Amino acid sequence: MENRNFKEQILRISGADVRKCMRCGKCSAACPSYDEMEYHPHQFVNMVNDGKIEKLMESKSIYKCLTCFACVERCPRGVEPAKVIEAVRLEVIRQQGKNYMKPDDIPAKLDEDMPGQLLMTAMRKYTK
Amino acid sequence: MKKISYYPGCTLKNKAKDLDRYARETLAVLGYELDEIENWQCCGGAYTSAKDEIATKLPSVRALKAGYENGGKVLTVCSACYNVLKQTNHEFKVNSDFDMRVNNYMGEDGGYHGEGEVVHFLEFLRDEIGFDRVKAAVKNPLTGKKIGAYYGCLLLRPSSVLGFDDPENPKLMEDLIRALGAEPVIYPMRNECCGGYITLDDKNAAKKRSTKVAESAKEMGADCMITACPLCLYNITKNADTEMEVKYFTELIAEAFGIL
Repeated sequence: MENRNFKEQILRISGADVRKCMRCGKCSAACPSYDEMEYHPHQFVNMVNDGKIEKLMESKSIYKCLTCFACVERCPRGVEPAKVIEAVRLEVIRQQGKNYMKPDDIPAKLDEDMPGQLLMTAMRKYTK
Repeated sequence: MKKISYYPGCTLKNKAKDLDRYARETLAVLGYELDEIENWQCCGGAYTSAKDEIATKLPSVRALKAGYENGGKVLTVCSACYNVLKQTNHEFKVNSDFDMRVNNYMGEDGGYHGEGEVVHFLEFLRDEIGFDRVKAAVKNPLTGKKIGAYYGCLLLRPSSVLGFDDPENPKLMEDLIRALGAEPVIYPMRNECCGGYITLDDKNAAKKRSTKVAESAKEMGADCMITACPLCLYNITKNADTEMEVKYFTELIAEAFGIL
């Protein structure tokens, strides 16, 4: 991966201030995707602060956050971890050829009850 | 019959027709007509918190503008549309760069700066109509039914923007359930995520998540759950291992009003 200033971009895209984190872990405790994640919400915040962003970009964890905002709501310092994770995911899928899911992948996953809302949301989260 | 601008959203025209139909029919009983805005576009289902992104927010801006020009506010029934439209509207108020770029892009179609208001059907019942009037319209009280209200994430968070209800201890739908003559069941997972769209990527995670929610409602004694979100309804009915009936809140109102 070329040498870009990912940290600056993540902070700009998310608008979050990761320095405010006091490492209480409440975001990760509140996270319904905790079990599926390699890096947890508090680690996203701290690793972005430390500039270790490539590791996060390479991890499937960016697709496990469903932006339910439980972490944002419950953070006592107003750090907004979900917005940080969203920014890291965008940093990946905004690159040419880096969409996580392709429209052609969808038909095999469809069932008759799946609402349009589900497909729209997934495509917004997985593709650019 | 008073009119109010209405944004149905994609799913209410397709898989969630009941949510739309009973919204129109129950509101008619209460003296209001849902006036669907013209040429609306899909809200996108998810609001991106990315500060530098405008393209994915333009359909919402168009809906907000249409609603504003047709009475000042726009009413939604789907949790996702409500969340996306309201967060988009809020962005105008806190991000002048967003305002400028959106209006630069939209040109003559622009001229909107967040003046409008987004109202969810449930808020409309609480704030405009009042649960006393809802109660008075009940013909078939749902006596003895134990109902768990499922808020999920989209109606409640971020609470600083949505202001729908107390995000940790909401009571809007419980008050509605009481007004309809049934008994609300409070359960711990009622404001947690259903698993959203993860079923496309990780079926097992969707199963785990939705089962936890349905199990929580069942343990606290709910016979059935109500929701405003087609995605929540899908996950609980299709992905949860627990047998649990889920219906749209508008259907429950229709049942109590005797129009089902």
